[in-house]
Amino acid sequence: MATGVKPRVRAPKTATPGEVVVLKTLISHPMESGQRRDSDGNIIPRSIINRFTCTYGGETVIEMELHGAISTNPYIEFEAKVPASGEFVFTWYDDDGDVYEERAEVTVA
Amino acid sequence: AVAAGLTPFMASAKKYDDALAEFTGGAEVIDGEIELTTPEIAENGNTVPVSVAAPGAAMIAIFADGNPEAEVAVFTFGPLAGSQAASTRIRLAQTQNVIAVAQMGDGSFRRVAREVKVTIGGCGG
Amino acid sequence: GNWSRLAAQQALTQDELLRFDTTGNVSLIHITDIHAHLRPVHFREPSINLGVGEARGLPPHITGADYRRMYGLDDGSPLAYALTHDDFAALARTYGRIGGLDRAATVVKAIRADRPDALLLDGGDTWQGSYTALRTDGRDVIRAMNLLGVEAMTSHWEFTLGIDRVTEIVENELDFPFLGANIFDTEWDERAYEPYRFFERGGVKIAVIGQAFPYLPIANPSWMFPGLSFGVREENIAELVQEVRDQGAGLVVLLSHNGFDVDRKLAGNVPGIDVILTGHTHDALPEPVIVGKTLLIASGSHGKFLTRLDLDVQDGAVKGFAHKLIPLFSDVIAPDPEMAALIAEERAPYESELTEVLGQTDSLLYRRGNFNGTWDDLICQALLEEREADIALSPGFRWGASVLPGADITREDLFSVTSMSYPSAYRSEMTGEMLHAILEDVADNLFNPDPYYQQGGDMVRVGGMGYRIDVTQPMGSRITEMTLLKTGEKLDPAKSYVVSGWASVNEETEGPAIWDVVESHIRRLGTVTLEPNTSVDVIGG
Ligand SMILES: [Mn+2]
Ligand SMILES: [Mn+2]
Repeated sequence: MATGVKPRVRAPKTATPGEVVVLKTLISHPMESGQRRDSDGNIIPRSIINRFTCTYGGETVIEMELHGAISTNPYIEFEAKVPASGEFVFTWYDDDGDVYEERAEVTVA
Repeated sequence: AVAAGLTPFMASAKKYDDALAEFTGGAEVIDGEIELTTPEIAENGNTVPVSVAAPGAAMIAIFADGNPEAEVAVFTFGPLAGSQAASTRIRLAQTQNVIAVAQMGDGSFRRVAREVKVTIGGCGG
Repeated sequence: GNWSRLAAQQALTQDELLRFDTTGNVSLIHITDIHAHLRPVHFREPSINLGVGEARGLPPHITGADYRRMYGLDDGSPLAYALTHDDFAALARTYGRIGGLDRAATVVKAIRADRPDALLLDGGDTWQGSYTALRTDGRDVIRAMNLLGVEAMTSHWEFTLGIDRVTEIVENELDFPFLGANIFDTEWDERAYEPYRFFERGGVKIAVIGQAFPYLPIANPSWMFPGLSFGVREENIAELVQEVRDQGAGLVVLLSHNGFDVDRKLAGNVPGIDVILTGHTHDALPEPVIVGKTLLIASGSHGKFLTRLDLDVQDGAVKGFAHKLIPLFSDVIAPDPEMAALIAEERAPYESELTEVLGQTDSLLYRRGNFNGTWDDLICQALLEEREADIALSPGFRWGASVLPGADITREDLFSVTSMSYPSAYRSEMTGEMLHAILEDVADNLFNPDPYYQQGGDMVRVGGMGYRIDVTQPMGSRITEMTLLKTGEKLDPAKSYVVSGWASVNEETEGPAIWDVVESHIRRLGTVTLEPNTSVDVIGG
């Protein structure tokens, strides 16, 4: 089970109507792939973030399915259209059932 | 939480051909017309930056054909996606092809592959 | 100091070396890869410098008589001495040492007397490579480059001073920008250094984009500059060229540490770059190589040369140019007193250490070339004998000056070929299979037919072992016939051998500094004699 998991997001605070903005996310997580063996030769069980979503004002921006080959501390960068003021919701789903969430408000003027 | 020691994830580790077939449902895949940006040589095989872009795509899958599990990620773009593009960082166990396959809006599939060299390095000048 | 030397030098004059047909409205001056060599050097250019794929047989992959024929140089002439390897020791006695930043300063001042706003650019590999640079953490070179009037630089070995020192220099000591368009942080993927700088010269808005060595974290210890990512990033350069053109650049210059073949490919793939000032692979070419509309300039290494490039830039296009690779013959060009004084001041605290004689050599000591040079053979012998190893490995660095037969070997000479920040001479066991994998890996970094997979070093040097290499084969199939020289037996893939080497990129590497190992060896020998090395059999060259 992953501990000390901490999401971080870089999103603009303001935008013009309909602007396409760049979003960058990082979440500290070991992403144990399930492909490694310990010193006794036993498989270290998989423990990864397996899904990520981003919505804005309740509408989907992107969804991502992650496998064991995604690096430690997964980095995800993408672009979103911002039609009006609202809030991004970023959600990471862990193999262990934990869900991590981060939000970012954008003022459109 | 998923109990340690279970093996459903190992059992699902797929090689590239099987993983591709599952993604496309066996449909024809046309090479080209999507972008995949990778370094020529990985600075660190544990974290290789990968960017994909396929204007008009509904989904883009990334595979690594030399990893024990070929599936890497699948992006699905929603109505507020600013572009059909994304970047992430991946693990490559050895020199191999990174392959991006996009399902376009019309249901067709496009593919591009780039070789990434994983080197032991250390003797530059 | 004999008659022939005087006669030869009389034929050469400072005025003649500086003579230039001033052209157009812009002058660029390029210096690169001095590796902290502030004083004149003997530096033998390579006898073997193979090109592969599309670069096969093209400049800079020509040497010796082929080179002289291509550029119309007479055998035994000053330029033949400066640019090719044959008769090096004899010609060195005739023409003397080349380089020295005090001579460079004289030439820069002369060019600026003719064209006051000439733009001086440094291609990097500047702060590392000498005893004094090591002892002063690069301060001696940085002061000299400030005084020379450099206006922008890019980088490679600079980062082996460690990121904290680089930051301190860039923020507090350097009088000019440290450009690196291809350097990003590994966390948020954002620019870590200024990508370009504009200069207004001769009525032209000039954009200088800096490109650091793309493979720093692979070729050098990444733990010394954690959190930075490099790479060729061709699409990044293409975007920046467009960006500076959109901002009104009339001339786009890429100040590059990519290596020549990488730059040749880049020039073909990215339109809109007028001039690429190449670096890293240490090539010196008396004419530009032209790819499409891009001029590629190669200005050599170790301070032997400056390039002056005059351009006639009208309406955002180059209408004409004049070019000269200026060899800095140290007996012909008067040293600039101000620069000479600065260099003397920086050397003074170390003078007795620098000039201490460690031994003598009967043979020409040189390094540059795709395979073992005599300096490397001496280093490998030292590793084999002082570290009691079966096999020695020495990196294929392109830096390091030459020592003439009959000369003393001083500490300064030894540090010219060894000075760097991770000098530990390790001793470890490796299987034949591992050694094969290492040789194949390094060979592919040099002979991959796609330049973007080339790292621009020379082949790793070996001692105690011979091998055959077919440079035309793909990775995994180039290296055969690996033989342990002391028994004549083929290497057994499964067997372990004691290997000694140095310059490992691994943080935990232990062992004495390579210069101590080699100094002990030279002192024990007294006089060094090296036979020609026939242990590497090259096919497909
Ligand atoms: Mn260099
Ligand atoms: Mn270099």
